[in-house]
Amino acid sequence: MADTTEKPAVGHPGTRPARGDAPVPAPAPRRARFWRRLTPWLFLAVPLALLIAFTYAPIVNMVAYSFTDWDGVSPELHYTGTENYTELLTRSDLFEVFFVSGYYLAASAVQIVVALWFATVLSFDVRFRNFFKGVLFFPYLINGVAIGFVFLYFFQDGGTLDSVLALFGYHSDHAWLGTPVSANTSLAGVSVWRYLGLHFVLFLGAIQSIPGELYEASELDGANRWHQFRHIILPGIKPVLTLTVILSVSGSLSAFEIPYIMTGGATGTETFVIQTVKLAFQFNKTGLASAAAVVLLLIILAVTWLQRRLVPDDRVDLV
Amino acid sequence: MTRRAAARTLVYLSLVLASLVVLLPLGVVLLTSLKTDEELADDSGALTLPDDPLNFHNYVTAFQDGRMLSAFGHTAFILVFSIGGTVLIGSMTAYAIDRFTFRLRKLVVALFLLAALVPGVTTQVATFQIVNGFGMFDTLWAPIALYMGTDIVSIYIFLQFVRSIPVSLDESARLDGANAFTVYRKIIFPLLKPAIATVVIVKGITVYNDFYIPFLYLPSQDLGVISTSLFRFKGPFGAHWETISAGAVLVILPTLIVFLALQKYIYNGFMKGATR
Repeated sequence: MADTTEKPAVGHPGTRPARGDAPVPAPAPRRARFWRRLTPWLFLAVPLALLIAFTYAPIVNMVAYSFTDWDGVSPELHYTGTENYTELLTRSDLFEVFFVSGYYLAASAVQIVVALWFATVLSFDVRFRNFFKGVLFFPYLINGVAIGFVFLYFFQDGGTLDSVLALFGYHSDHAWLGTPVSANTSLAGVSVWRYLGLHFVLFLGAIQSIPGELYEASELDGANRWHQFRHIILPGIKPVLTLTVILSVSGSLSAFEIPYIMTGGATGTETFVIQTVKLAFQFNKTGLASAAAVVLLLIILAVTWLQRRLVPDDRVDLV
Repeated sequence: MTRRAAARTLVYLSLVLASLVVLLPLGVVLLTSLKTDEELADDSGALTLPDDPLNFHNYVTAFQDGRMLSAFGHTAFILVFSIGGTVLIGSMTAYAIDRFTFRLRKLVVALFLLAALVPGVTTQVATFQIVNGFGMFDTLWAPIALYMGTDIVSIYIFLQFVRSIPVSLDESARLDGANAFTVYRKIIFPLLKPAIATVVIVKGITVYNDFYIPFLYLPSQDLGVISTSLFRFKGPFGAHWETISAGAVLVILPTLIVFLALQKYIYNGFMKGATR
C-alpha cells in the first residue's frame, strides 16, 4: 500500500477525479487517503516528466556519451574510456577557446563597475531619470541577431564607428574585426553594451530596497556621497553583487550568440560553446563534444558552488 | 559648492555619453534602413541623413524576400504555446510544492532547484538526441517543449506568490467541499494574476529573442522564427546593409513598443526573475 503512492503519478490519466466532483458522503477512509496522497503527484506529473526528459536525462546521457567515440548518427558506438577528456586537455587548439573567455571576463568586470556607477547615480534625484533608465536597460531586451547586425554595421569599414571617428578628425583605416585581439575586444564590447542594462536594473532594485533613513542618518553624521556608497550601498547590495559576478563568469564561459552571429568564430573569436556546437553538429563528434560540455558544466557548477559557500544567501532557498 | 557642481556635471556627462553609446548604433541602423543602395555606395559615411526619410522600400524587400511574415507567425505560435504551458506548469508545480506535504517532497524541490544551476547551452548536445528521439526535431514543438520544460525561474516566481496567499482561503473552500483541483482553479490561479503577468513578460521576451534553440532545432527554411529568419539575411543580402538594417529594425520595433507600454512591469519582472 505504502509504495503505490508515488507510482500512479507516472501514468493513470484515466483515474483523475472529475472536476467539481461533489463530495461523496462518508467515503471509504482508505480510498480517501489514497486520493489525498495521489493529489500532489497529479499536479507534478507533467512538470516532472518535462524536467526529467529535458534536463536530467540529457545530463546522464551526456556523461555517458563523453566516454565514447559516438558520431551522433550511426548505431555503433565504442567505449573509449577517458580518451575524449585527454584529447580535450592536451590538444592546444581545443583548449585555446578558454583564452577567448578571458576577453568576456574582463569585459564583465568593466560592466559591473559601470553598472554600479549608473545604478548609484540614478537612485538619487536626477533629471530625466526614467528616460536614462529606459535607455540603459533597453539593449538587454533586443534580439541577439538584431544586435549582431547592428554591430556588424557599427564595425564595418566606413560604418558607424569609422564615421563617428571621422567627425573627430580621426580617419581610421582599421578593420575592427580583422585581427584576433581587436575582434575579441570589439565582440566583448558588444556584450557589455547588451548586458549592462540587466546588471544596472538589478543593482538599482537592490539600492532602492535600502531604507532611506540610513542616508538621512549618515548625512547628519557628516557623511558624503562616497562614504554613503562605501558604507551603506555596497554592503546593502552584496547579495546581488555576488549574483552578478557569478552570472558574469558563467556568461563569459558560455558566450555564443554575439560571436557566432557576427564572426561565426573566425579570426580567433571561437568560444567554447561555438566549438562544442561545431564539434557536435558539423563534425559529428558527439562523444568529444559531450566531454567538452561536461567540462564546461563542471566549471560552472564549481563557480556556483564556490559563490554559495562564500556568500550564503538564504533567499535562494526554495523551501 | 564647486565640488558639488563638478560632481553633478560629471553625472550628467556620463549619462549623456552612455545614452549616445546606446542610441547611436541603433539610430544609424534606422537611418541606413531608409537609404537606397546608391546612397549607401556613394561613400558619404554612415551618419548622413537619407534623401527620402519616407523610403520604406527596404522594409518591403526585407518583409517579403526575408519571409518575415511567416517568421512572425511561427514566433507567435511558439510564444502562445510555450507561455501558456509555462504558466500552467509553473503554477501547478508551485501549488503542489507549497500546499501539500508528501514523501519525496524535499527531493522534488531539490530536483527543480538543481536544474536551475545547469545552463541550457551546456546540455544541448545530449538534449538534441532526446528531442530527435521524440520525433520533434524540425517541428515547432521542439522549442515549445524545451521552453516549457526548463523554466525554473517562473516556478520560483509562482512559488513566492503562492506562499503569500493565506492557507485559510484554501481551508474554507475545502470545508465547502472543494477538492484540490477546484481550489487550484478557482482560488489559487485567479489570485496569481500579478505573478502570471510577470512570467508572461519575462518568458515572452526570452522566447521572442532566443536564437540558440530555434537555430539548432528548426533548420528548415520553412520554419524560420524571427531570429533565425533574420540570421539568414546574412546570405542572400550579404552586403545589402539597407535591407539587413530594415530587417533588424522590423525585429526590434515590437520589443520597443512592448517596452514603452509596460516599462514598470518589465523592470520588476527581470528583477524578480534574476534574483532567484
